[in-house]
Amino acid sequence: MSLVLAAVCIAIMVVMALALARSFSSPTVYDRILGINMFGTKTVLFIAVVGFLMGRPDFLDIAIVYALINFIGMVAVLRFFEYTAPVE
Amino acid sequence: MFILDIVSSALLIAGVFFGLTGAVGLFKFPDFFTRIHAASVTDSVAAILIIGGLLLQTSFDLNTAKLLFILAFLLITSPTASHALAKSARHGGLLCLAETTNKPTDERPHD
Repeated sequence: MSLVLAAVCIAIMVVMALALARSFSSPTVYDRILGINMFGTKTVLFIAVVGFLMGRPDFLDIAIVYALINFIGMVAVLRFFEYTAPVE
Repeated sequence: MFILDIVSSALLIAGVFFGLTGAVGLFKFPDFFTRIHAASVTDSVAAILIIGGLLLQTSFDLNTAKLLFILAFLLITSPTASHALAKSARHGGLLCLAETTNKPTDERPHD
């Protein structure tokens, strides 16, 4: 079972790397925010899976806090860019 | 439990598959709004499947409640963030692919 959990961890890290690559090389600023949003969601899942892999499910508290902070940060950045979009 | 491990592994692998599909869709779709579609839909499905797979490994204690809380929170906030992103992009003047390729003509048939 831990083999499957380790494989899932590596695959989620690959997804996070792809999201970061999208947000680094993107045409608009909204694409960057989209990549960061996907990165944050996958980070929550990654922390939960790592907690079960290491046998310490207390990591779920950190995952909860990360989910909350990710959503608040997303809404704050989007309110900032809603009417003052930088034209690239 | 052997059967629970198999079902849990299947759920985790399916969730990772959907996550990878969404990450590839971020690169392959031609338009910003279609990229939102790829990212948000697969995010929701991957969260459901991966946390469901982890739920089968708990023994109905506090960790189960924490996982259910994470799942409920992700299911509420992920579509909300996608909606806010699409609304913000629309207000910011971003056009979808059909609007940029098909220029609106001045001659309209009826008015």
